[in-house]
Amino acid sequence: MASIDAGSDGGGHKKGPGVKKAKKLSTKVDMTPMVDLGFLLITFFIFTTTVAQPTAMKLFMPKDVDKPEDQNKVKESGAFTIMLGKDDQVYYYEGLDPTKLQAIGFKGIRDAILNKKKSTNPEDLVVIIKPTEDATYKNTVDILDEMTIAEIKRYALVDISSDEYQLIKLTEAANGIK
Amino acid sequence: MPSVKIKKTSPDNDMTPMVDLAFLILAFFMLATKFKPEEAVEITTPNSVSADAVPEKDVFTVSIDKEGRTFVSVDNPEFRRVLIENINTTRNLGLSPAEMKAYTNAASVGVPFASLKQFLALNADEQKKLKQPGVPVADTTGGELYFWVRDALSAYSGRKLNLLIKADNATKYPAFKNVLNAFKKNDQNKFLLVTEPEDAPSGTPLHETRQKQIDKVK
Repeated sequence: MASIDAGSDGGGHKKGPGVKKAKKLSTKVDMTPMVDLGFLLITFFIFTTTVAQPTAMKLFMPKDVDKPEDQNKVKESGAFTIMLGKDDQVYYYEGLDPTKLQAIGFKGIRDAILNKKKSTNPEDLVVIIKPTEDATYKNTVDILDEMTIAEIKRYALVDISSDEYQLIKLTEAANGIK
Repeated sequence: MPSVKIKKTSPDNDMTPMVDLAFLILAFFMLATKFKPEEAVEITTPNSVSADAVPEKDVFTVSIDKEGRTFVSVDNPEFRRVLIENINTTRNLGLSPAEMKAYTNAASVGVPFASLKQFLALNADEQKKLKQPGVPVADTTGGELYFWVRDALSAYSGRKLNLLIKADNATKYPAFKNVLNAFKKNDQNKFLLVTEPEDAPSGTPLHETRQKQIDKVK
C-alpha cells in the first residue's frame, strides 16, 4: 500500500559515494558577555531613571466676592487677557478693550506673553484667562502651564462675558470657522 | 514498529544566566513600581511642567472623563466609611450597613444619589461593568458634587484634605467649571490638578530658574 513517507524526502540526504563528511563544528555560544552587558544595562537604568509619577499642578482661586468694591482692581497698562476658543484657538488683547483682540495659536501665545512681560512693570502685570464653553480642559491646563513657564505671578481664571464671546464668534466667522 | 531509542542529548546552552536575569528584572519591578489603580474610566491627563508630586494620602479625587461624567473617589478606606455614613445621614439615602461596607471597597463612584443604593447593592464585577452616569454637577450651584465635598470635609474636620481634580484632555471647560463651583461653594479655593510631567521648554524663564537651581546644587 502506498504510504506517504514524508520523512524520507527531507531526511534522507544520502551523500553520494566519494564525498567527504564535513567536519562537525561546535555550535555552542558562550553567553557570559551577553549576560554581563545585561546586568550593566539594568544597573544603569535602575540608577538613572525613576518610574514616571503623575504630577500635581496647584491651582489657587481667589474667594468669590459679589461686591465690586472688594474685587481686585486691574490697571489697564498691565492687563493682558487671553481667551480660549474651540479647536485650540487662542485670542488675546492687551488692556481693557476686547475689540482689539488678535487670534493666535498655542505656539505663538508664549512669545506674546513673554513680550508683554518684558514691556510691563511686574507690579502691574495681570494675566486674565477666560475660557469659553468650547474650550477643552487641555487648553485650560496648557494656558495655566504657560503661566508657570513664563513665571507670571498674578493671573486669574474668570468667566467670559457674553460680549467677548460674541466677538470671538464674529472673529471665527470672519476667519472661516476654524 | 522497531523500537527506536530516543537519543538522550544534553542541552547545548546553559540557560542559568537567562533565568538569573529574569529573576533580577522581576525583583526590580516588584520593588520599584506599584500596581496601577483600577479605574472605572479611562482618563488621559494633560501634560504640565509642574514638578510637584501628587500626594498619596488624604486625597479626595474628582475625576472627569471626556464626556463630562464626574466620579468621586477617596483613598483611605476608613475615611470612606465615615464619608458614606455622613452622606447617608445628610441625604437620607437609607443605605443598609452591607451597602455601606460595599462602598468602602468600591474604587470610584459616579452615580446620582438616587441610584447610589442600587449601585452599592451590586457586587464588584457588576459595578465595574456598569457604565456609570457620573455624579450630577450640571448646574452652577455644583449639583450633587457639592454635597459629596461638604460631607468629605466634615469627615475630615480640621485636618487637611487634598482636593485633586483629574480630568481628560478633551473634557470641555464647563464640566471643569462646575466642579470648581462645587468646591468654591464649600469655600475651598486651593486645588491640585493631576497632570503628566514634562520638561520646561528651553529659552523660557522657568527653564532658566530650574537650570540655576541645578547649578547651585552642583
